[in-house]
Amino acid sequence: MDRTPQFQSRALSRRSFLVTAGGLGIAVAFGSQADLARGAATAPVALGEFRPNAWVTIAADGTISIIAPAVEMGQGITTTLPLLVAEELDADWSRVRVVQAPSDAETYGNPGFYGIQLTGGSESTRGYHSLLRLTGAQTRLMLMAVAAGMLSVPVRELTTEPSKVVHQSSGESLDYGEIAAKAVVPDPLPQATEADLKPRGRWRYIGSRAIPRVDVPSKVNGTAVFGIDVQLPGMLYGAVLRPPVQDERPDAIDADEARKVPGVTHVVPLPYGVGIIGETVEATKRAKDLLNVTWSTTSRVRTYTSGRLLDEYRAIGRDSGKRGVSAHADGDAEAAIAGAATVIEVDYLSDHVAHATMEPMNATARVTGDRVEIWAPTQGPTGTQGFAAEVAGTTPDKVKVNTTLLGGGFGRKAEADFIIDAVWLAKAVEGRPVKVIWSREDDVRHDKFRPLEAQHVKVGLDAEGNIVGWRHRIVADSIFARTLPPVFEQAGGHDDVVTEGAKFNYAVPAHQIEYLRQDRGLAIGFWFAVGVGYTRFAIECVVDEIAAAKGADPVAFRLELLKDQPRARHVIETVARMAEWERAREGRGLGVAYSDAFGSHCAQVAEVSLDRDTGAIRVHKVWCAIDPGVAIQPLHIEAMMMTGITNGTGHALFEQINVVDGEVQESNFDTYRLIRMSEAPEIEVAVVPTPESPVGGIGQAGLPPTGPAIANAVARLTGGVRLRHYPFTAERVKAALEA
Amino acid sequence: MTAFTINGRAVDVAAQPDTPLLWVIREHLKLTGTKFGCGITQCGACTVHIDGEPTRSCQTFLEDVAGRRVTTIEGLSPDASHPLQKAWIAEQVPQCGYCQSGQIMQAAALLQRTPAPTRDEIVAHMDGNICRCGTYVRIIGAIQRAAREG
Repeated sequence: MDRTPQFQSRALSRRSFLVTAGGLGIAVAFGSQADLARGAATAPVALGEFRPNAWVTIAADGTISIIAPAVEMGQGITTTLPLLVAEELDADWSRVRVVQAPSDAETYGNPGFYGIQLTGGSESTRGYHSLLRLTGAQTRLMLMAVAAGMLSVPVRELTTEPSKVVHQSSGESLDYGEIAAKAVVPDPLPQATEADLKPRGRWRYIGSRAIPRVDVPSKVNGTAVFGIDVQLPGMLYGAVLRPPVQDERPDAIDADEARKVPGVTHVVPLPYGVGIIGETVEATKRAKDLLNVTWSTTSRVRTYTSGRLLDEYRAIGRDSGKRGVSAHADGDAEAAIAGAATVIEVDYLSDHVAHATMEPMNATARVTGDRVEIWAPTQGPTGTQGFAAEVAGTTPDKVKVNTTLLGGGFGRKAEADFIIDAVWLAKAVEGRPVKVIWSREDDVRHDKFRPLEAQHVKVGLDAEGNIVGWRHRIVADSIFARTLPPVFEQAGGHDDVVTEGAKFNYAVPAHQIEYLRQDRGLAIGFWFAVGVGYTRFAIECVVDEIAAAKGADPVAFRLELLKDQPRARHVIETVARMAEWERAREGRGLGVAYSDAFGSHCAQVAEVSLDRDTGAIRVHKVWCAIDPGVAIQPLHIEAMMMTGITNGTGHALFEQINVVDGEVQESNFDTYRLIRMSEAPEIEVAVVPTPESPVGGIGQAGLPPTGPAIANAVARLTGGVRLRHYPFTAERVKAALEA
Repeated sequence: MTAFTINGRAVDVAAQPDTPLLWVIREHLKLTGTKFGCGITQCGACTVHIDGEPTRSCQTFLEDVAGRRVTTIEGLSPDASHPLQKAWIAEQVPQCGYCQSGQIMQAAALLQRTPAPTRDEIVAHMDGNICRCGTYVRIIGAIQRAAREG
């Protein structure tokens, strides 16, 4: 898949421009309960509205509705993407209303991401950027063409100001609303190409620090509508009891006590559990606790014990007789290492981690005949259509998905298991919507965790300490083998999200990456930054290990490895300056790390101290310099870096899921530890754009460098004690100090 | 039937007395600004005020609030004009926003008692409220701003 965003010189096709005034508009107002209840996307366009294309509707009063094709989970995307349209349309942003896209991949799918509606991979801005800017530009040309007719002047004499077409020489102007009231879609359509886009110097909104996020006001007064907040007439509630071990089935169900709970209406046996439907949420929860189910005992996941498996993975990584699938091969690293003067050979490990989105899994569905309607906090409306259709015995085109706000996603809500629950239960009470809400305990136990993984890194150095070869072996199960089997098969058994980030931009003469897939049965998933979250942990720590072996400064050594990478050098130099890298701190250590993942360059420095008696690490401050190419919304970028750094700290220090004989040991925030305010570092972010570069991804770019920066800081503070296993729990740190 | 006051309005709720107040507020009274996060008082997403005291509604039961005064995020101010709500917007605190009702309700109780809290006081008071998006730095900034600007 080519992830490089490039301007398509082709004009947008007629197909996506065929709805005219009087046709059907989209009316899922952003976060509005009333519109959700109305059943969303079919409110007719009001008289006098102009809908030049599938993305923009202009009302006679000048209100401009712009579709947000990606879902909002806190990353600010429902501001960023419509803003790109508004920029080129030359719309007055204060008169723009953002509308969440309905489920319609043909119209709203991400051109840079398989053409589907799936928000993830930090791909939204990269994938939609050129399409949305061209759409805005073409819409502006259409308005100018209509205005030329209205003013009886040649279109070449017209310009625009925010929401206004202006005829300079006569001083006449028309508001976009006035034009909309008269407009029909011109035929032929004016064509927009890259040449029609505003030059950088004329951007009003891109790069501005004055644009607040459109979703924020609703998030301070209780009016924001997340999936769990959906309220529909006649709605019932659902709860699902799941087996203690993945893939077990109910062999016998004793529901006598459950049925007695007042308000319970149905007990629904499912292929993977038992559903309860009731008139109140509390009735379903009570009844679920009273179910007495005999589960099958045949799942192979019963042999899954994460601690033991990780030892096994490490041994596999070390055993050079075991070969994996090549994920990258540049030169003969093996031979180069064989002839090296010094060899550094280390293992980096990480435990499973859970998503634990603040909003637990939930969804609402209604099945009516062969039609399904879903209201859900989903990252993947297109996938949701497919999975729901399968359960309901219909086709994806008959499934309508109303995407709500997401109370956190981090990859968890790209799954469909919670949506399938709602469809199964809705099928049992046809015509009535059912809202299924998972308990936090189920949310943790039945998560699709970040892979358990071991990495074996072997680096050869010549007599001067220069790197001659780098081998990187990644031992883990596959995410794509479960979620996208054709992609996995086409790649010959390689999983490029599990090994994501292993390929780097450091100059090494020979570099080999191998993937050794371990098919062990437990479902693993996409967790915030996916593979990059651990591959960069290994890489950035090994770079520091090499620097230490050579007696080189970690910042200077990275700059040397990145001689031909001006953007990389710039963020590293910037962050070193921000953190006053050269200044020693009493009792504290500084560590640096860098990542070029997701098309953005991000360098961080962490300042840490250590309680040597307990092994507890304290991260005092993290500095961050980020070059996202074009910085569309610098404030949002800073916010996302803070999210990445805070979670980057929390997952490096605390987050850990243990599976014993297939049973997940953690279940709620008392056992699955998330970072709290008292543990969160202070954060300082510098956004250093290079607007001539392509647009980079931002959502996940802040997380990968934080953990290795912390580990590197600890090593420098302790004279070389290396932490090579996520998370750095106090017990592990203490053991490392005493080793 | 259990009678109490919510956001200044008298209500009479027919749910079982041992129903968590959280579900009464969210699903019986349809005030969905108060969030379900954990159900065991570990995250603070469900924080409301009961007679002015910040309280986790997930482990408070309907019978506990008989005759008492409950305030939710919807009742904190009539028009999102509470200094904290204004500061939350000015500082652009929320990311996903799911925990923020609870954060604001928790912070409002702090400012009521301690109009000019120190950073340490803020952290100590807010430490029971989890934010998975890691907006802690901006929450602290917004509380300081609200204290400053009133």
